[in-house]
Amino acid sequence: MSHAPLTVDPIFGRLTLHSLPFHEPILVITFIGVVLGGAAVLGAITYFKWWGMLWREWFTSIDHKRIGVMYIVLGLIMLLRGFADALMMRAQQAMAFGDNAGYLPPEHYNQIFTAHGVIMIFFVAMPLVTGLMNYVVPLQIGARDVSFPFLNNFSFWMTAAGAVITMISLFIGEYARTGWLAFPPLSGINASPGVGVDYYIWGLQIAGIGTLLSGVNLIATILKMRAPGMTMMKMPVFTWTSLATNILIVASFPILTVVLALLSLDRYVGTEFFTNTLGGNPMMYVNMIWIWGHPEVYILILPAFGVFSEVVSTFSGKRLFGYSSMVYATIVIAILAYLVWLHHFFTMGSGASVNSFFGITTMIISIPTGAKIFNWLFTMYRGRIRFELPMMWTIAFMLTFVIGGMTGVLLAVPPADFVLHNSLFLIAHFHNVIIGGVVFGMFAGINYWWPKAMGFKLDETWGKRSFWLWVIGFYFAFMPLYVLGLMGVTRRLQHFDDPSLQIWFIIAAFGAVLIAGGIACMLIQIAVSIRDRKKNADLTGDPWNGRTLEWSTSSPPPQYNFAFTPVVHDSEAWWDMKRSNYARPIEGFQDIHMPRNTPTGIILAGISVAFGFAMVWHIWWLAAITFVGMAVVAIGHTFNYDRDYYIPAREVAETEAARTRMLTAQG
Amino acid sequence: MSNVALRRHPLDTGTMTPSSFSRTRGRLLASLAAIGLLPLLSGCNAVVLSPSGDVAQQQRDLILIATALMLLIIIPVMVLTVIFARKYRAGNEATEDEYDPDWDHSTGLELLIWSAPLLIIICLGAVTWTSTHRLDPYRPIERLQPGRDVAKDAKPLDIQVVSLDWKWLFIYPEYGIATVNEVAAPVDRPITFHLTSSSVMNAFYVPALAGMIYTMPSMETKLNAVINKPGDYEGMSANFSGDGFSHMRFRFHGLSNEQFGQWIASAKQSGRKLDRADYMKLAQPSEDVPVIRFSGVAPDLYDKVVNNCVAPGSVCMRDMMAADAATAAGEKIDGKGMKMRGMDMTHPDHADDTASVLPLRGAGLTPPNRREGPQMTADNEPMAPVADKL
Repeated sequence: MSHAPLTVDPIFGRLTLHSLPFHEPILVITFIGVVLGGAAVLGAITYFKWWGMLWREWFTSIDHKRIGVMYIVLGLIMLLRGFADALMMRAQQAMAFGDNAGYLPPEHYNQIFTAHGVIMIFFVAMPLVTGLMNYVVPLQIGARDVSFPFLNNFSFWMTAAGAVITMISLFIGEYARTGWLAFPPLSGINASPGVGVDYYIWGLQIAGIGTLLSGVNLIATILKMRAPGMTMMKMPVFTWTSLATNILIVASFPILTVVLALLSLDRYVGTEFFTNTLGGNPMMYVNMIWIWGHPEVYILILPAFGVFSEVVSTFSGKRLFGYSSMVYATIVIAILAYLVWLHHFFTMGSGASVNSFFGITTMIISIPTGAKIFNWLFTMYRGRIRFELPMMWTIAFMLTFVIGGMTGVLLAVPPADFVLHNSLFLIAHFHNVIIGGVVFGMFAGINYWWPKAMGFKLDETWGKRSFWLWVIGFYFAFMPLYVLGLMGVTRRLQHFDDPSLQIWFIIAAFGAVLIAGGIACMLIQIAVSIRDRKKNADLTGDPWNGRTLEWSTSSPPPQYNFAFTPVVHDSEAWWDMKRSNYARPIEGFQDIHMPRNTPTGIILAGISVAFGFAMVWHIWWLAAITFVGMAVVAIGHTFNYDRDYYIPAREVAETEAARTRMLTAQG
Repeated sequence: MSNVALRRHPLDTGTMTPSSFSRTRGRLLASLAAIGLLPLLSGCNAVVLSPSGDVAQQQRDLILIATALMLLIIIPVMVLTVIFARKYRAGNEATEDEYDPDWDHSTGLELLIWSAPLLIIICLGAVTWTSTHRLDPYRPIERLQPGRDVAKDAKPLDIQVVSLDWKWLFIYPEYGIATVNEVAAPVDRPITFHLTSSSVMNAFYVPALAGMIYTMPSMETKLNAVINKPGDYEGMSANFSGDGFSHMRFRFHGLSNEQFGQWIASAKQSGRKLDRADYMKLAQPSEDVPVIRFSGVAPDLYDKVVNNCVAPGSVCMRDMMAADAATAAGEKIDGKGMKMRGMDMTHPDHADDTASVLPLRGAGLTPPNRREGPQMTADNEPMAPVADKL
């Protein structure tokens, strides 16, 4: 074989009509559904004349609260896609035994499990985590916004742009068929000549910019913008875990960027970083992606730990037990997160001493994690526990997560990992910690902070339905996978020969259906809550008898968060203020300096979607134009000096007076 | 099932001294864990918990030991969570007086909550260190079963393993035969697998025999194991490797010496030789490939696969690296056999290029189609159905 002929169209690149999946009925139906649904949504927005409002108050907003909410909306929308993938996989695996090939051929099935992993991690878990941090951290530290408000908007839209590129692959071309980390040589140009891996690369690269910048932003915010008196050891635990998480983001995402850039070079210009033949080595990729990938799981779980800390203390009506040991545990986990990456590939032939080292460092992480669990336990001890939804999720977490922790330590023993690696036991383990930890944590956080963000509580009946369906569904879906792993069944199989396994997959599929019910109930919960918003309104700003500063302001907070910057004397500042009979200032307001909205973020992200698409399809002219376009818009933005404004003291006084009337009416 | 599982593991006082602690303790804990776990799994064929090879059995023991050690702390935590959640619920009059909103510190308790997990991790860490070294896949087998050491002069059975898209090639250098998707070994004879891959990564895994090990192109991994019970076991690729991955399965036969001799003889009688051209055809992607036996193998085939130079005229990686090292050291080499030509096995584009011109791949060009080129065709009868699938 010699050089392939130059068949790339100068205008459309690799894109032809054949790239559209007309031959895939599942995709065609999905596409029709998406078009109809999308048209309904767009039509409704047009009918209610919401476009101007959305553009002015949301898309171009640089208010950390609005951006936080948009992150969470993005995460929940992508959850629907990622979960649809999960349902399809469960259905395929429950069917495809013996002569039954199931309904998904390998080339489709392989895209689905890859997309499921990528979407759930990058476009569900990350936006939910970043969204909560964005919303809550400035409020918890008594700040009016983040350090770099425009950057925050830009970060969000870049994350959304990555999600858009990933979603485009569903209907134009294909997604990667490599597994969510796209190890070469499988992701190399020889084994994966199609556009799937390129969609993977550009989706993640563009979203990665957003994640990295958001990390920088939140670190600066936490370090520089805390209210007077809030020393590091008086920061709320959620802020601490956010700080640790963002440090991990800043220290690890560049590695992902580099490793994907090297993979792009291998694919686009024929370098040989990750092939063996000319001095490259695929093990470099495996090492580097896991040096990012392991901290990534702590990036996700640490903020969830922060949420649980806030929730346990609030709903037990007690100070958090062992605050400093909680903080040190967080720091230790963040540091150790960098010393364990090799445990993801004990089975790739490292020596016994190397494997033991990484196995033991992994186990050591369970010590601070264990300490955290005990701290929550002793926070409940001698408390008055109110079983509201956030607390229910927390209890479910404590009972579920320890199982995942146990199987995780088990997998950290290299010889045990030799028989469990790549098995469904491993799949059960990481879903156990990610669903039982991160997802439950995010749901606890959403239920906890929803009244703060929206001004009304979430409906409890539907919330409980969702809770029970999720929790029970989780156990049905993943406990069979532990069993199957011990039966020697490995992951990513599209078809099975042994009919005796089928019953376990059917149980797991049943669990997935229950979880689908949980998701449906959650959507209903949101809808019902919006309908009944008057009834469930939170007029006090402090619906749960909270302990940290975000509960000291109104629900939802005014744009400026705090009319006066609070002064902090205790790690549970609001609790402390309430007990010392803090009187809310009702006069003496001053003009408040605020950043001004800008459309630059969404414009840059829009152009980067076109850039990513052009790179995927080798449409070089478009890539060049959009690249230049991004540079021009970015440089142009630096000449925009109209970046701030003052909320006049009169307006602040009116807002605060309205709140005073509301509080007085409450008694 | 639990009886069977435990009976096979009398305390071993044999070869490994450093871990006697972990094993004495371990057996007890393993029994405890087994009692807890096995009822759940009886009735299903949990091969990982009841394997047939000594290595896998030790790995199973470790799973049980580690589980038991961790349950020491997990169970109290779960029980306490439930107890506290119930006992201290708001409105429970029994504990109304105990409410202590400011109690947030206890040095004694904090020492306990850090040290209890620490102690368990110290135990588990010791177990990990010793067992990881003892069960290192590269370490030659030293015992056949607890109490039965390997004879000093015993020579392990060498099996060379190549993962191809999407089937397994096994070469027996000692016997000069090769097989596809079927491998056999005599019971109680140590086996040393030498493993590599032709294109992408896979993982060689026979759950009943031993843990998995990756196969990687142009690299070699090793796995030492022994099978203790005769039987027909499942083997597979445990690492996703592309569209044909789900069918990348093989059978592993544990045979008596006599049966193994017959098995070798039957391969010898197949009359098909695996020369380099055949190998290159075999290496083309194909799925669901039935068992093939070859009575002969091209000399050094495995070595050439590892060095990526099965194709006639291609330069072996070993030589290329030696040449690079020599050039880097300032030596002049004569070009004989060093031309970078004909690398078309994994690099179709390179076929017509010389070392001085590395072509740009990708960049606006249609990528090479891996499915082009020689296919397994009907002249290899057992593979005929495969051709249709491609």
